Amino acid sequence: MKTALFDGYFDDSHDAFRDVCRRFAREQIAPHATEWEEAGAFPRELYALAAKAGVLAPNWPEAYGGGGGDVFHGIVAGEELQRGGSTGTVVGLGSLGIALPPILNLGTDAQRQRFMPPVLAGEQIAALAITEPGTGSDVAGVRTRAVRDGDDYLISGAKTFITSGVRADLLTVLARTSDDPHQGLTFFVVERDMPGFSVSRALKKTGWWASDTAELAFDEVRVPVANRIGPEGSGFLALMQNFEAERLMLAVNGHALAECAFDEALAYAKQREAFGRTISRFQAIRHKLADMATQINSSKALTYASAARMQAGKPAMIEVAQAKNHAAAVARDVCWEAVQIFGGMGYMRESPVERLARDARLLPIGGGTNEIMREIIAKGLGV
Amino acid sequence: MNIGVCAKISPHADARIKIKSDGSGVDTKGEKLVVGDYDEYAVEEAIRTKEAHKGAVTAFTVGATSDEKLVRSGALALGVDKAVLISDDAAVNAGPLGTAKLLAAAIKEAGCEIVFTGKAATDDGNSQVSAMIAELLGWAQVSQVTKFAIEGTSFTATRAMDAGVLQIVSGSLPVVITCEDGLNDPRYPKLPDIMKAKRKPLSKIGAGDLGLADVAATSSESNFAPPPPRPASRIIEGDAASAAQELVRLLREEAKVI
Repeated sequence: MKTALFDGYFDDSHDAFRDVCRRFAREQIAPHATEWEEAGAFPRELYALAAKAGVLAPNWPEAYGGGGGDVFHGIVAGEELQRGGSTGTVVGLGSLGIALPPILNLGTDAQRQRFMPPVLAGEQIAALAITEPGTGSDVAGVRTRAVRDGDDYLISGAKTFITSGVRADLLTVLARTSDDPHQGLTFFVVERDMPGFSVSRALKKTGWWASDTAELAFDEVRVPVANRIGPEGSGFLALMQNFEAERLMLAVNGHALAECAFDEALAYAKQREAFGRTISRFQAIRHKLADMATQINSSKALTYASAARMQAGKPAMIEVAQAKNHAAAVARDVCWEAVQIFGGMGYMRESPVERLARDARLLPIGGGTNEIMREIIAKGLGV
Repeated sequence: MNIGVCAKISPHADARIKIKSDGSGVDTKGEKLVVGDYDEYAVEEAIRTKEAHKGAVTAFTVGATSDEKLVRSGALALGVDKAVLISDDAAVNAGPLGTAKLLAAAIKEAGCEIVFTGKAATDDGNSQVSAMIAELLGWAQVSQVTKFAIEGTSFTATRAMDAGVLQIVSGSLPVVITCEDGLNDPRYPKLPDIMKAKRKPLSKIGAGDLGLADVAATSSESNFAPPPPRPASRIIEGDAASAAQELVRLLREEAKVI
């Protein structure tokens, strides 16, 4: 979509990096997107390819193998990789973005040196394990337990809806080290080959098909103290800090996904003919497209402004919650209308907008539900 | 080794080429500009040569002052060490020979032992400048190179000739190597390098700085026009045998190509 609104947030380095991401999406994702979505997985090798091209972890510290960029380099990657046509692939590649922050923010330098470089090089897959069969948004209800046993902890419990969980080599797991609802939570790094850890099943989803999602079982998994991230009880605060970046990237995915659907719908409307002219010449369709373009820009404006606050180190929890909810609504509406413009073809699996419409359904649920976002916003209003 | 590479900033190969309203050339306004397609191979080969034999790479560009951004992202971010952008009015209006004179003078001043160039520019596709640089410097030139290696002060280059014939050329430095599609697989710039490229040395100079007074084009170009639109295709109906017969008839009698 052509727009000149947003120049201020992006400099030459973002523009040049955008070209790199666009090339990667065009060459490495787009030719296989449908195959991977239908197969329910993308090749593991893509992580290393993405790392080599520098698009896997643009805004992670260079010292650990990241790109050394800022929040907006991360946004550029999120936007451009989506253009490859497989949301599942984007979020699968992106799971390190939620799995590693507790290690970066709370871990010792030894832990960072041990766990982060292989993931940022695309050699290992990282996943974040918070949600449980019995608890989602109410994180204080986490029941997975870590019991101290000499120099180890024994972790028991179950986790579910874990993005990249089927293939993950290391999992940042939130577990309970005491009964205090908030102060009793601690992060541990569980490694794939630790006895007692198993993938219970791979879950089938509405969208995000190319991304593997798992239910995981922990049966007295022996985890050395060296794998505990931060002191006991530090997990809840770390998780709250983590959410800001996760929600921002989901907001970015919302407008990126909407823009892909819009571009498809616009191109289709300009070539599909009905009653002797292209459907783009009917006011019903033209006005739909005008509204979609306006919605996308409103979502970008709010998300970029929230990101700029984060970039400046200012608190942005409320702004990001608003951006995420707005982006999710925009993605929902724009994808819905894109399918409508495609008509019968939009309901077919072979049309790109059908996939995007399914993918959009995740956005008001993942990373904190729409309702939780509104609670955060309402608290900010003092009500 | 002191390595040079010439890189012209041109419209992206996917760009929809527009002709200026007076027909005097291609209108690049609003187009996405990049280091030319063949020049990308030249940049990559220059960097690989540096990686294999040590030394430094200098990029040389004749173009607008606004090309700086693209020289940084398309050459310096990939591993080129410094750049010379020849960008005064005289340079911008130089024809192929004038451009070659400017580049040859800059290359000489930089003391390069080898220079890589692309086979042709993406925009005008003249393929003249590389040979002219070699001539002006009194160096050898190998064109359409698909494989290249240096050992000591000698080089071996494989040329792709017509009909799949390969020619292997050996010689000694200095030399101008003109790069063909398939010579290498150009790398992606890494984000840290994109950011470091902002601070790499890039000097903007003019024809006068190189002691060249007259680089004006010796020929002029006019009457640019888009290619005629393709006529609608025809579908020949019928079974394979009769359709083939009809196709042959049409090719012979209407198209007159067989």
